[in-house]
Amino acid sequence: MPIKEGQIRIPSGCAIAAVISKEGKRMTGESITNAMKVMHDRSNGLGGGFAGYGIYPEYKDFYALHLFFDSRDTRKTCEAYLKEHFEIVHSEIIPTRKIPEITDEPKIWRYFVAPFRSALADMQLDEKEFVARAVMKINAGMPGAYVFSSGKNMGTFKAVGYPEDVGCFYRLDEYEGYSWTAHGRYPTNTPGWWGGAHPFTLLDYSIVHNGEISSYDANRRFIEMFGYKCTLQTDTEVITYILDYLTRVQGLTLEESANVIAAPFWSTIERESDRSKKERLTFLRTVFPSLLITGPFSVVLGFTGGLMALNDRLKLRSMVVGEKDDKVFISSEEAAIREMEPEAENIWAPAGGEPVIVRVREGAV
Amino acid sequence: MGVEFLYPEYEVIRSTDRCIACRVCERQCANEVHSYSAERGAMISDESKCVNCQRCVSLCPTRALKIVRSDCVLKANANWSNDTIREIYKQANSGGVLLSSMGNPKSMPVYWDRILINASQVTNPPIDPLREPMETRVFLGKKPDRMTRSPDGRLVCDLPPQLELSMPVMFSAMSYGSISYNAHASLARAATELGTYYNTGEGGLHEDFYKYGAHTVVQVASGRFGVHEDYLEAGAAIEIKMGQGAKPGIGGHLPGTKIVGDVSRTRMIPEGSDAISPAPHHDIYSIEDLRQLVYSLKEATEYKKPIIVKVAAVHNIAAIASGIARSGADIIAIDGFRGGTGAAPTRIRDNVGIPIELALASVDRRLRDEGIRNNVSLVVGGSVRSSADVVKAVALGADACYVATAAVLALGCHLCRTCQTGKCNWGIATQRPDLVKRLNPDIGSERLVNLMTAWRREIMELMGGMGINSIEALRGNRLMLRGVGLNEKELEILGISHAGE
Repeated sequence: MPIKEGQIRIPSGCAIAAVISKEGKRMTGESITNAMKVMHDRSNGLGGGFAGYGIYPEYKDFYALHLFFDSRDTRKTCEAYLKEHFEIVHSEIIPTRKIPEITDEPKIWRYFVAPFRSALADMQLDEKEFVARAVMKINAGMPGAYVFSSGKNMGTFKAVGYPEDVGCFYRLDEYEGYSWTAHGRYPTNTPGWWGGAHPFTLLDYSIVHNGEISSYDANRRFIEMFGYKCTLQTDTEVITYILDYLTRVQGLTLEESANVIAAPFWSTIERESDRSKKERLTFLRTVFPSLLITGPFSVVLGFTGGLMALNDRLKLRSMVVGEKDDKVFISSEEAAIREMEPEAENIWAPAGGEPVIVRVREGAV
Repeated sequence: MGVEFLYPEYEVIRSTDRCIACRVCERQCANEVHSYSAERGAMISDESKCVNCQRCVSLCPTRALKIVRSDCVLKANANWSNDTIREIYKQANSGGVLLSSMGNPKSMPVYWDRILINASQVTNPPIDPLREPMETRVFLGKKPDRMTRSPDGRLVCDLPPQLELSMPVMFSAMSYGSISYNAHASLARAATELGTYYNTGEGGLHEDFYKYGAHTVVQVASGRFGVHEDYLEAGAAIEIKMGQGAKPGIGGHLPGTKIVGDVSRTRMIPEGSDAISPAPHHDIYSIEDLRQLVYSLKEATEYKKPIIVKVAAVHNIAAIASGIARSGADIIAIDGFRGGTGAAPTRIRDNVGIPIELALASVDRRLRDEGIRNNVSLVVGGSVRSSADVVKAVALGADACYVATAAVLALGCHLCRTCQTGKCNWGIATQRPDLVKRLNPDIGSERLVNLMTAWRREIMELMGGMGINSIEALRGNRLMLRGVGLNEKELEILGISHAGE
């Protein structure tokens, strides 16, 4: 039996793309799906996926849990667990389109839930921590069940296949969101497991990532001290947990978090003329050395109300950014940006370690 | 001559064709092996005194000398080796405890040599340290658990005291007394130039070396020799020595013959008195007592200096380290069973303690399992022999390494393992002024700087090959290691996969 993601560490190359409307205008998933088509050769058909933000306005106050199940029994067991801890306001099979390119699909469900107040009080946890722990618990402890999306008013859609086919399969043209991220995967072997595709998410954070980080085990062994379980052994998973830890647990801003994971070189810090900035950069590198990520990566982090794009500090992976009106586009290749917006302007390649953070105008979503 | 007589271990082979009877060998040998026979008009040797330190060989101007192991040995016996029999004769003769120096020479497993390092191919680019920045800087010390912000939202950047190292290697403890003034001068100057630290050991700090204090770790050991307020203030960090890899469970013993002049003054004990450090600290009989000493030292130095607690790697090391991590210590130093010494009972050196590789792997894992790895930094020593050992130690989870044997080798030590006699012909482990002056601190410090510079370059090459451009990203990165020829249990303890997996 072939071993799947989580039992082995699989390096992979990739394509990533993202779009956001700073005005919070909603777009269907069709355009981002088409953008992935032109980067077809950056994937090898073994994984594709999307994350859309603002897609569930009718359930915006509930956590949208997307789950894969290998059997009806697993689903029943998992639902029993969910019912113990959450109020489930709605549950359904995620609608899909049967196409020959996508086969062997697991059972794909979504649940809109809210944690029971009594359960929160019992465990003395805030709501997000409670949900995060429930997700870890299912993913690490319930074989055959896998939560692949767990944020509010956002959702992840992924499968084994080429990304453009995955978009078609999940009927993304029927969803509308103010931002989208996309991923096409080129793994070096054939895990053939849907959970291994990207984006990887935790709560409302989703990560699409291209690269193979050389610091993986240093990062993993550090972050696992704080209750995270890296069940997939992928870079994307560990990067998501690191960002969740730095921002949600430690309360750092995205910029500060970027200064941790793609920290400037000491020589750059020494040249910094702004004293308080120099002090802050030195502090962050000294306190979080084990969260420095080395090796090539380009990532796009999706979160409620925004996107952050970041390259490794040597810029060992391609990534370009472009703009048009209220929209900002990010992609591994300019071709994908041109596909989404032929008239895109100000196309530029952010420097290594320089975060590009785009936020939707306050009040727009 | 008698029942215990055995033919000397080494033979001095002197080429009569080459020897010009210049008597350099005679002047150089503190063991008095060589002498000139006027009667024969030639140099003669008393091989029974030879320790094979190679001093005469190195300085003979005509290369007339070599020292070889004698082939006059007892009948071969796989169980009763020549060394074992020799030791029995010695003890039957003297009734004494056998003494030895430097690290355990027995053929025990060297796990470093069973571990291989990864490199990038295709999916991830190697990085060329000649063309790209490659960082080896390390900070040792406790890291805060929680970020805090001032009322205006700015990140509060206060840190507990840290040691900044330009590379993850420090010179470990060797006391003034066990080694010479010039050896200490060489170490202090090299540490300063390199941007790392050397360690006073338990013999106090000579007043001439206070100026190197910013690169000095001052040690507080069970004998408390040379400990006073200025001494504590002088160093960049304070190390509490609970144990040493070469002799876990026992204290030190510097014979009165080495307690002369400045050594006596620096140790604050009378000349000629034996300096015997007790096996335990008599104010530390348990972990809660250690905490008190840690905080006493912090109080004495106003919480401005990190406190290192050094322990020998013994069976229960993971639990011990976990206790130390909760005792207020900022750094834990672990010394493996192959670590060096100026003198230790042979049986203890060769039979007590565990390999540093295994100790390090289990301590790092235990501290992570308990979520307290960030409370302390880990420094390991006890036979770190090369830059490759350093890289493997860091990947197993060490923040930095301690080296001492490698450092004294750089100073000229030829590992003859007779430091306890105090007659070191290389001017290192001796207090005899005529021998000490053989070690020139200008040259000594330069050679130490060269050695560490070379290691640093090699570390950068190895890191670059792995696609890692900062040493932090290597620390605890066990995926970068594979074992060869190790059994399942060894791999499990080391937390690495076997090559091919």
